[in-house]
Amino acid sequence: MSEAFIYDAVRTPRGKGKKDGSLHGVTPIHLVGNLLTALQQRNNLDTSKVDDVVLGCVTPVGEQGADIARVAVLYANWAESVAGVTQSRFCASGLESVNIAAQKVMSGMEDLVVAGGVESMSRWAMGSDGGAWAMDPRVNHLTGFAPQGIGADLIATLEGFSRRDVDTFAVQSQQKAAKARAEGRFARSLVPVRDLNGMVVLDHDEFIRPEATVEGMAGLKPSFEQMGAMGFDATALRKYTTVEKIDHVHHAGNSSGIVDGAALMLVGSKKIGKKLGLRPRARIVQTAVIGSEPTIMLTGIGPASKKALARAGMNAGNIDLFEINEAFAAVVLRAQRDLDIDPAKVNVNGGSIAMGHPLGATGCAILGTLLDELERQDKQFGLASLCVGAGMGIATIIERL
Amino acid sequence: MSVNFEKDNDGIVTLTLDMPGRSMNVLNDELSQPLAEAIGRIEGDASIKGVIVTSGKKEFLAGADIEKVFAITDPADAFKLAEDYKGFLRRLELCGRPVVAALNGTALGGGLELALACHYRIAIDDPKAQFGLPEVKLGLLPGGGGTQRLPRLIGIQPSLPLMLEGKELKASDAKNAGIIHALARDREDLLAQAKAWCLANPKPVQPWDDKKFKWPGGDAKAPANGQLWAIAPSMANAKTYGNYPAPINIMASVFDGGITDFDTGCRSESRYFANCVVSQVSKNMIGTLWFQLNAINKGSSRPEGVERSTVKKLGILGAGMMGAGIAYSSAKVGIEVVLLDTTQEAADRGKAYSSGLLDKDLKKGRLTPEGKDQFLARIKATTSYDDLKGCDLVIEAVFEDRAIKADVTRKAEAQLARTAVFASNTSTLPITGLAEASERPKNFIGLHFFSPVDKMPLVEIIVGKKTSKETLARGFDYVQQIKKTPIVVNDSRGFYTSRCFATYPMEGMTLLAEGQHPRSIEMAGLQAGMPVGPLAVQDEVSLSLSLHVLEQTRKDFAAEGKTAPEHPGVAVVEKMVKVLDRQGKKAGKGFYDYPAGGQKSLWKGLAEQFPLKEQLPQQELIDRLLYAQANEAAKCYEEGVVTAVGDTNIGSIFGWGFAPHQGGALQFINAVGVAQFVKRSKELEKRYGERFKPAKLLVKMAKEGRRFE
Repeated sequence: MSEAFIYDAVRTPRGKGKKDGSLHGVTPIHLVGNLLTALQQRNNLDTSKVDDVVLGCVTPVGEQGADIARVAVLYANWAESVAGVTQSRFCASGLESVNIAAQKVMSGMEDLVVAGGVESMSRWAMGSDGGAWAMDPRVNHLTGFAPQGIGADLIATLEGFSRRDVDTFAVQSQQKAAKARAEGRFARSLVPVRDLNGMVVLDHDEFIRPEATVEGMAGLKPSFEQMGAMGFDATALRKYTTVEKIDHVHHAGNSSGIVDGAALMLVGSKKIGKKLGLRPRARIVQTAVIGSEPTIMLTGIGPASKKALARAGMNAGNIDLFEINEAFAAVVLRAQRDLDIDPAKVNVNGGSIAMGHPLGATGCAILGTLLDELERQDKQFGLASLCVGAGMGIATIIERL
Repeated sequence: MSVNFEKDNDGIVTLTLDMPGRSMNVLNDELSQPLAEAIGRIEGDASIKGVIVTSGKKEFLAGADIEKVFAITDPADAFKLAEDYKGFLRRLELCGRPVVAALNGTALGGGLELALACHYRIAIDDPKAQFGLPEVKLGLLPGGGGTQRLPRLIGIQPSLPLMLEGKELKASDAKNAGIIHALARDREDLLAQAKAWCLANPKPVQPWDDKKFKWPGGDAKAPANGQLWAIAPSMANAKTYGNYPAPINIMASVFDGGITDFDTGCRSESRYFANCVVSQVSKNMIGTLWFQLNAINKGSSRPEGVERSTVKKLGILGAGMMGAGIAYSSAKVGIEVVLLDTTQEAADRGKAYSSGLLDKDLKKGRLTPEGKDQFLARIKATTSYDDLKGCDLVIEAVFEDRAIKADVTRKAEAQLARTAVFASNTSTLPITGLAEASERPKNFIGLHFFSPVDKMPLVEIIVGKKTSKETLARGFDYVQQIKKTPIVVNDSRGFYTSRCFATYPMEGMTLLAEGQHPRSIEMAGLQAGMPVGPLAVQDEVSLSLSLHVLEQTRKDFAAEGKTAPEHPGVAVVEKMVKVLDRQGKKAGKGFYDYPAGGQKSLWKGLAEQFPLKEQLPQQELIDRLLYAQANEAAKCYEEGVVTAVGDTNIGSIFGWGFAPHQGGALQFINAVGVAQFVKRSKELEKRYGERFKPAKLLVKMAKEGRRFE
């Protein structure tokens, strides 16, 4: 079987996903177009050599809808022979794109694939694409639908993570991200967003709040208490029979932020890299996805990571650095426990709590951050993993070259 | 001060825009700074209960300072300009007090945008006052919030055509469109209504700042607008061939603002505005269609020191298509017209042309039956030269034959005062030669009209060797009197416009002879920005007429003992007329077939007569069509046929439809870059022949790094 290599990774800065966010006025396709242009320029890329562009987009509606990947290829004026596909594996879509790209290349069916994702959460609110799980009452009833925040609070309750535990984790995320930003650790991947005139719209992650403190967070109201009380808690407790009451510890400060952004990666075979004069930065060792219990929803990171490690003939101890998506603080705390890993190896440059989680893009973005950090620390193996909507998990192991 | 600040006893402040030393207010720093200061004063003074914004001039405010916009080359500067203006308009509408725009006259562009930032708009119901956002006509977009406020006010669908076409509305129409709230009789009524509204509405909120705001007709996400977005670019490009960035930027700005919120939309608008401002297309259009046209209209090509004149009585010899059109355009401005032909029937037919045009106005309600009668009473159709007595100007528009022209010249001059001007509407015959038939060649001039005269905005004034300064000035004044644009050219074969125009169909026919697909040739013309493809336009001119001109030219050259230079397109003309008997549109068959009552379509026989060979890239076709024309214009300039850059550019656009987005034939060379034009011309010369050899002047300019200024 062929091997798949990462040749480059780029991402936009993450803009606050609200009306006053810097990227609110930028169309999602323009975010992708900027990055495609950057990939092309940075690698002096003959785009006709690219087989496909695989993009994740979780809310593919409006101008973010239909197959934004293919239209972005045209918008960026790439060779029209390059195909494009848009897919959704909910919050893992960005990493799923990389995994699909790796599988295309490793199977030998394609040589060079761009993988990544995009999400303008300020322009197209999360959930505006509907979906049977939440919308269709029979499906909702049969599968025990509850929003993610209920699952996150349930995890904290089951694991005994206190409000202070999760808040402390959140503040650390902010501090790590602020330090990384200040030290320029994102510089290699970060491509400023420019408007149609070439003027810079945003050149830094604007969601980070370095001044956040545990004391300051204490005043924030739990986000899911009210909807839990209306019935979602009861739905969850019918499945988690040992729990008497869900402790609603998550709020805006210790959950992933709503932001706008995009990320891309160039994945290809050894042969195409040689042909185009590209230097491989990492080898994709293994990918994995799993399904898990959907009501608690967010416990898939451990099982997915273990599956990937097992198939690669490795164990968690072989991994130098982890990127575990900070959907909610409790999710990462639980995953660390599941995998029995040192928190010092996890999310060393912060995560989605500090920087935000542009749904379709995050998986690709954190894998890029992982690669940059492996290079910076001169380490070998890294694992990126995300919990996924409707009870799934995803993991990707890379080896830096 | 450019803005007068007056507060009355009720706490109502009237801001009167009244820039010193100017007949019109114009949006520049001189106006916007005091306006911003006034807004600051209002914000800080709680005793102010309301604000009325009006103007001390005849018009309210006709827009931004184009000179300033034209000078901007850095998008960041354009962005800042738009952001700054919008910044204080935003402060005005959020000042917490009622703000009324009392529109005493025209409000266009930035002027209307100021009004849109007021809570209430009242206009004097003066049919001459105009309201609109015409920025697109100069390749720009409304950057003062126009693309955000107007669609939120009246809906996306009704607002788009206003901005995409730059329509200017009368006050009553603007009220019907929902742009203006109320009409007033006069200034006094205007200010009284404005004050009353202020007092009755102490806390107004703009619709878009109301929490319950709903877009009229839905926002940009609404399914009802989805189909609009899908087809709108196609609709615009069907006319523009994608040559104009402004319409697409206007749509994008409205779209973006309709997905985001008001303030974000305003910021996006500034980005699209900046994109338009620095675009080559807007530079081309502003340079030519604003500055150069204004200079022409101010008389830049008119001899100085000659008193302005008006024509009271005009004689026209020949009541054909051209004569009839000249009669209409002249009677329209109140000139008494004598329309003369050899038979009364022909003269009457010429007058009936006006009647037909007036009937259209009657139907549309733009004219009363009395108005029509008065109009027609100004035209006397006759066969008698006696009726020419008292004419200040006579224009002959008879058949292009020297003998006939000489005859009518003598007959007319016999009736005229010594001071009267005699003009020929010839499009091809040198004026100096025609003037030989005249007893007073100093008073003899060429006035070359374009067909149809009532629609075409240009008149090419041809100065013969003996034409006097006074005669030129009087010709110039007459052209302006009938509200057309004069360009002044010196006498030479084909003058300026006919000579340059001819290169366009000729190049098209050459491409055909070379085996290029006829449809690709036509499309190249349209993509280049020409209004009609080269083969279609040749059909309209008629192949037989072109052949006639060619043969005349050959004869003229032969008479001088020379050989006329032959364009490779000539062979196609001869083949079409002499071998294939396809003479053009009038004959019902040329490069196209013209089925009665049906649409024209390319003649199928072309495939057999001009077999296809290897096809050139489309851009090569486009370049050949444009370079051929531009190089000819440069030669005319070099030879002194035309002497002003503005006349050359405007003449090309208004005279034969040279791509307006290129800013005219010489501006096209500027935009490409003179050196690059020379380089590319030499390539074309090598591949396709001598005719592309760049004008010597251009080679010299390229060396010296000069451009047409």
